[in-house]
Parts: sequence; structure tokens; C-alpha cells
Amino acid sequence: MGDYPSRSVNATAGDLAATSSRGQGAGYGASPSNHNEPPLGGGGALPKKSRFSIETGFRALSTASGAMVLVIIVAIAVFLIYKALPALQANTGHFLTQFEWNPNDATPSFGIAAIAFGTVLSSIIALLVAVPVALSIALFLSHYAPKRLATPLGFVIDLLAAVPSVVFGLWGRDVLQSPVRDFSLWLNEYFGWIPLFGGNGPFGQSILLGGLVLAIMVLPIITSLSREVFQQTPGMNEEAALALGATRWEMIRTAVLPYGKPGVIAAVMLGLGRALGETIALAMTLSIKFDISFNLIENGGNSVAANIANAFGEANETGRGALIASGLVLFTITLVVNMTARAIIYRRREFRDNAA
Amino acid sequence: MAKRIEASNVSSYYGSFKAIDSVSMTVEPKTITALIGPSGCGKSTFLRSINRMHEVLPGARIEGSLTIDDQNIYDPDVDVTAVRRMIGMVFQRPNPFPTMSIYENAVAGLKLNGVKKKSVLDEAAEKSLRSANLWDEVKDRLDRPGAGLSGGQQQRLCIARTIAVQPQVVLMDEPCSALDPISTLAIEDLMFKLKDQFTIIIVTHNMQQAARVSDKTGFFSIEKTGDPGRLIEYDDTQKIFSNPSQKKTEDYITGRFG
Amino acid sequence: MSVLEKQVPGVVMTPDNIRSRKLPVVTNVVIAVAAFAIAAAIVLGLDIGNWVLVAVFGAAFYLIGLSVVAGRIEGKRAARNRTMKALIYTACVLAVLPLISVIWTLVTKGLARFDADFFGSSMNNIGARDANGGAYHAIIGTLEQVGLATLMAVPVGVLGAIYLVEYGRGKFAGTVRFFVDVMTGVPSIVAGLFVYTFWVLGVSPIFNDGRPQASGFAAAMALAVLMLPTVVRSTEEMLRLVPGPLREGSYALGVPQWKTILRVVLPTALPGIVTGIMLAVARAAGETAPVLLAAGGLAAINFNPFEGGQSSLALFVYQQAGDGSKFAPDRAWTAALTLVALVLILTVAAKLLARRNKLSR
Repeated sequence: MGDYPSRSVNATAGDLAATSSRGQGAGYGASPSNHNEPPLGGGGALPKKSRFSIETGFRALSTASGAMVLVIIVAIAVFLIYKALPALQANTGHFLTQFEWNPNDATPSFGIAAIAFGTVLSSIIALLVAVPVALSIALFLSHYAPKRLATPLGFVIDLLAAVPSVVFGLWGRDVLQSPVRDFSLWLNEYFGWIPLFGGNGPFGQSILLGGLVLAIMVLPIITSLSREVFQQTPGMNEEAALALGATRWEMIRTAVLPYGKPGVIAAVMLGLGRALGETIALAMTLSIKFDISFNLIENGGNSVAANIANAFGEANETGRGALIASGLVLFTITLVVNMTARAIIYRRREFRDNAA
Repeated sequence: MAKRIEASNVSSYYGSFKAIDSVSMTVEPKTITALIGPSGCGKSTFLRSINRMHEVLPGARIEGSLTIDDQNIYDPDVDVTAVRRMIGMVFQRPNPFPTMSIYENAVAGLKLNGVKKKSVLDEAAEKSLRSANLWDEVKDRLDRPGAGLSGGQQQRLCIARTIAVQPQVVLMDEPCSALDPISTLAIEDLMFKLKDQFTIIIVTHNMQQAARVSDKTGFFSIEKTGDPGRLIEYDDTQKIFSNPSQKKTEDYITGRFG
Repeated sequence: MSVLEKQVPGVVMTPDNIRSRKLPVVTNVVIAVAAFAIAAAIVLGLDIGNWVLVAVFGAAFYLIGLSVVAGRIEGKRAARNRTMKALIYTACVLAVLPLISVIWTLVTKGLARFDADFFGSSMNNIGARDANGGAYHAIIGTLEQVGLATLMAVPVGVLGAIYLVEYGRGKFAGTVRFFVDVMTGVPSIVAGLFVYTFWVLGVSPIFNDGRPQASGFAAAMALAVLMLPTVVRSTEEMLRLVPGPLREGSYALGVPQWKTILRVVLPTALPGIVTGIMLAVARAAGETAPVLLAAGGLAAINFNPFEGGQSSLALFVYQQAGDGSKFAPDRAWTAALTLVALVLILTVAAKLLARRNKLSR
């Protein structure tokens, strides 16, 4: 340790860039106890900061890597637009309102309305099912379960998030389909007068099945994020509610839920983003149709992403262009949804940090 | 309205750790009782066991009996939420609900109890805020967030919130330790005023405060870290601060210990 | 002026009314049994469904019965508390059910073709009537694509995180951080389309006599796009956990910042970073859509990720699931089992590593 103090007295974090290229500590004139390096500069000028050093190079490299994210997002937009334009120009129908999807014909005619409708409908079903369940689990993990139970259950939920979507798709098609078909038949028999559950079948490979599979897939995201915000509720506010004579549920309603609301909204939006963009699970569970129907239980349904996966292989150049155009729409929608969700989270974080 | 509290041989545990050892004391109605003692001596634990708030922590349990007007609040058929409504609590750091306005904070307890009528809530809000000496300062901005008030105002808002549900007893856990001297004085004035209606028990680190506000004082202490806290002496404040009967109390009061 | 001039009815508690009756456990059980019995009677009696419907109806009846009975005995507030608790517990059971079903099906159906042939052969020249055929080519594809994707995403991701933690100040760093988060939400199919337009249509013709060519490398690029934000986020989090004094100690010795980062900060955070990378790899290995678009899929074995199409385990599952052959579902489930095993081993290992990490909060 003998020769360190004299250097550490002079060097501070701020000086680092200045000394980096010449080796450390070389120029700090007075270093009497340093026997290895002869003092340079003879007590005179400090070494100049050089313009090109490893330090600047490393800094530039990491900055470029950080910027890469922005480059990729811009590049996605640019390349999708570039390849979608020719197909959109060749389109004889109206891209936004047309129901049909015939981009491979000699006179291509296609519109995104039907598939966009399917995407939205399946996502709504998924959220309707997943959000209450996810919030319940999050509350259970944060406020009900003893730690011995909360840790393994949280782990299981994380594992649920790790299962690939193609496996859920396969499971939905081979396993979940038959109970859903039974349920659909039942709904159709007793509630067939409601348009949602009408129709003459066949049932099963429906938007309901797709929505349920999606629900299972977005569940872990919403759960883990909501759990986090619920756990952040200040303990003293929970105690305040309890001291007023609140039951556990009343405490949650008074202190936990209002505090976590923005975070929960953001979590739901992230779940929505995932549901909107999910491809393979829907491609495997829906029986692709191009129409707008509110019937939830009859075979049918479609989504932007599933349509791309299904139709890509057989599409010609215009067909692929059309699919790319629909992908561009999907990209834009998910980008907006995600940006909104993240903006909420960021604002909340700032608010919390300022309050603390 | 205010009630007599009787603790006999109250011992409190967190899991296998014994936090306080057989504390017995009687608190008369419409008095202010101060609990003093060094950190970790169990005075807060004792305070929290009076309205069963210590049960919030897992593994917490209690031995002995705690009665309010001869009703043991630890009887198995007693509703813990009812106990907490009867015995209100004000905490160390002001903790108004951050998502609620001043008005909503003041009537939060009533709303929990299912009071929905606007006229009742309005009246209760004004009364409790007036009782907490806060009305004149906030009457023009009742719809603003409670978290926007100053620390002292927030603490008075918390007191208003506590007394709005018309408890019998008000427990205060170092209510002024996070406040400046002027706010502290305001809270102390308020305590004198509330004494007419409530039984007040206050935990404080500030011995001058205990001497200023309380009728009776209990001194808690521990032998060493890990030992349970004990009630060393409990007597009129006057006597504790002028002529304590225990050597330990005297040492603590005169600053030779803790 | 007194708060107590007038008592608000139903609010004030006195020592005389603090006692309440509690719902006996027996009653709770009786309600549950009755609810499921009635549900079974209705569903099976009218023959309108199977056990799933019985369970759903039973749970609903139980919750309704519980809130009504508890409301009578314990009062409205306690009953509401009890009902919400029951609802929350029910939801937890509900969420674990599909996971159990998935795992059960994976094991029972997946073991059918879990043999040497499956792991040793491809789908080349396998017709609809052939019972054999395997996923060897797909496993190669998955390993190569994920490996290449990791090689691309990890350096950029780690350096990006270093920028955010060590160098990034001001508005630009804030923007980068925001879009890293946003990018985690980019759908995998969009990443696939991007690489298809950019690499397959745009760049690959240069190396292939002007004809666009799908390849494993293209798929790897798409996977890297999906991995990048995950790697940046987890690395950033880990770097932030490295205590400041550790850096300052190094600075104080006159070590330049880049060397401090590489020699002190990164090694300290390494276990956490590796955990994050493993989770990102696990996610990438399960992606189907990007491989479908960028690598195209191929039934034969192709070791070269830079030339010609490739398959992957996930894509294999998808393609076999859509195949009409009666032997295809078995192959799909075995491949799914293999894929899940791979992903779960990675995930569990990553979590265990994270648990041993000294820096974790």
C-alpha cells in the first residue's frame, strides 16, 4: 500500500479522461514514494488531454450501441414503408376499409379492416379475462399470501411467461379446443339469441379460443408488473387505513389500489401490446376468415399478425408487400400502445422519486 | 365517551422474540399519558398492541389482558376492525393518503364505514378539521391533494382523519418527531384541546414534551439489546420528572442513560 | 364546538359492540360442498357440459353463497372482505390450472416420439405415411440461430447498457432508455418482416447472384432485434447495482474509466448480466414468426446458417401442427417438449444464478 496514497490524493474521477492515454498517474509531478515510474514533467505541466484515446473510443462505441436501439426502430419503419408502398399503389381496393384480402390476384384488392378487427376483438377478450385474474394474483402475491407461498407461486407465474407462444398455440388447438367447443355449444344452446353466441357452428376454433389462449399469455406480464406496484404502496398508508378500522379488502381499496392505479394501467397496456402482436398462437387457434363478425364462438376469426404468418408462404411479391403494409400498421399500433404505457410508468416513477 | 384502559401482564411477541414483558398499567379517561424510554424499549410495541395494530406484522401475538371498560379486546370473538375504530392511531410520519384530497382524507374513515350521505360527510369533515385546528388553513382548498400540505398540517390532517370516526381513545406514536418546533407546538396545543373528549396515549422521545403535555408518564426500559422491554415506573408526570422512585428512571430523566 | 355533539350512526364503536360473530369453518365447507353439488346436478342433470362447467358453476355458486351467508352472520363489511379473499384465491387456482394442463399434456403427448430417431434424423423425404422423421435439422437451426443472435445482441446490448449507466446523461440518454423499453414491445412478426425487407430482400441478393435468399443468419438477426432490449434492460439494472464506492476506489487509483468499467464494474455485475442474457436467449429460442419469415424453414439438414433456408424447433412445432399426416401431432408435441425443456432449463438456471448473485436486492 506504500506508494498508493500519493497518487490517490491527486487523482479523482473527473481527471480520468485526462490521464487515460498516457498510463495512470504518470504525470503527477510529485510522487516521491513511487519508485517504479520516474516522475514526468518535473513538477511542471500536467499531461494534456489527448483527442483520440481508448477512453474516447470506448465512449463512442458504447454511445453508438445505445443509439443502435433508435436506429433499429427507425429502420423498421423505413424498410416496412419502403416495401409496402408498391403494393399499396397496386391496390385497387381501399386499404383501410376493404374486407377482402386478395393481394395475389392480377388486380390486387385488399384491406386491413377485417383482420384489424379480429386483432382488436381477440385482444379485448384476452384482456377481459386476463386483467381481473392477473390483478387478483398480484394482490394475492403482494398482500394475501404468506411468503412461503408467494415465492413459489411468483416463480410459477414467471415460468408461465417463459413458455414459448407456439407451445400455447399447440396446447390451445389440441387441448383447450374441446372444452371451449363444449362451452360454445352450451352458450349457443342457451344464449344463442345473443348475437355474440349465435350461429350454426361449427364451433371451437373461434375467436373465443384465440382470446383465451392470448389471455393465458398476457397474464404473467400484467401480474408481475402489478405485483411490483402493489408492493411499492407505502406501508404507512396501509397502516393508516388499518388504524381507521378497515378490513384487509378495504385497506386494499383505500390505500393500495388508488396508489397503484397508474402502474396497473401501464401494465394492462403492455399486456395489450403483447396481445396485439401475438402471432403464432393465434395462427394455430383461429380458423382464418376475412369478415367482420361479432360472433365469438363460431369457427373464424383472424388477426393481422396471424394473417402474415399464414399467408406469407404462398404470397407473391404484391401479396408480401400487402402483408408488410399490414405489419406496418401493427407496428405503429403497438408502438403507440407501448409508448403510452411506458410514458405512464416514467411519469409515475418521477412522481414517486420526487415525493420520496 | 372516553374510556378507561387497563393492561395487566401484557407480554408481546414477534415470533419467538419477546418484545415486552408483563406490562401492567391503568389509563384513566380524558387524560394524556406519555410513554418514554430509550429506543427499542418496547413502548411503541405496547402502544400498537392497545389497538391491535401490532398484528399487522406476521407472527405477532400477545399474552395477558387488555381491557377497555372491562371488555377484553383480545377475546377471540372481538372484531379487530371494531377495536381499531374505537381506538384511533396517529403515526410517527404524517401519512395522508397520497391519492386523496384533503376532504377525502378527512372523511376516509367514515366512507369506509359506509357513510355516503354528502351532508353527513361535509359536516363531519368540517368538525374534525376544526377540532384538529386545521379548518381555517384549508377550508378554501379542500379539494387539493392532502400530500400538498406542510408536514405539520399533514399531521393535523391525520389527526382529523382519526377523530372523524369518533374513537374513544387516540394513540399517538411519536407524532411530532418528524415536525419542526412550531408545528410541534401546534400539535401539543391540539392535544390539550382533544383531552376534553378523548383518552390520549402518546409515545415520545422528547422528554420536555412528555413533561409539558402529559398527566401521567410511563417509563420503559431494557436491560440490553435482545431483552424484552419492561415498564419500570408509571406515575404522575409531576412525580416522574421531579422525584422518581426508581434509580433507572432518574438516570434516564437526567440524561445519564439513553 | 365538539366533534361528538352528534354521533354518526353505525360508525361509533363502544366497548359493548366490538364483538361480532364469525362464520364457522364448517359452514364455509358446507357452502362449498352444496355449491358444487348443485352445480354438478344442474350441469350433469341437464347434460349441458362436462366437469369444466361443473367447476365453473360450482365456484360461482360458492362465491355467491358465501357472500350471502357471511353477510347474514358477520355483517356487510366482513362478508365483502371474505368474498374478495375467496375471489382472489379462486383466481390464483384458475391461473395455475392451464399451466398444469400444459405441462401434463407436454409430458404425456411429448414422450410418444422422444426417441433416438427423432433426435437423429430430419424431415427430408418423409411423406405423410411415414411414421418416422425427426427434428435434428430443427435443433441445429435453433442452436445456430440463437447462438448467432446472442453473438450479435450481447455485445451491442451490454455496451448500450454501459452507455446508459456510465456515460449517458441528459436528453439523449433519456430517449434511448425510453425506446429500449418501448422496443421490448415490438411484435416478433414485425421483427421478422423487418429483417425480411432489410436483409433478405435488400442485402442478401448481393451475395447470391441477385436473388433474395432466406437464411438462418437472417433469422438470427431478427432474434437479435428481439433480444437486444431485454439484454440492455437487464444489464443496465445490474450495472446500477454495482456500488458507487467500488468505482470510486478504482478511479482513485488513477485507473481510467473504460478500464474501470471493463475490469471492475462488469466482473462485479457479471452473474446478473449472464442471468439476463440467459432469459433473453430463452425467449428468443421460443420465437416462431421471425424464423418463419427470415429463414423460411427447410425439411433437410443444413449446417450452414449463411446459405439456404433453415428450420428451428419452434417453427418445426408450428409446421407439424399444420401438417395433415396422422404422425405429425406426435412429432409436434415431442418437439414442443424438447423446446420447453430447453427454455425452462435456461430460465430456471438463470433464476438460480440470480438467487446466488450477491448484488441482487
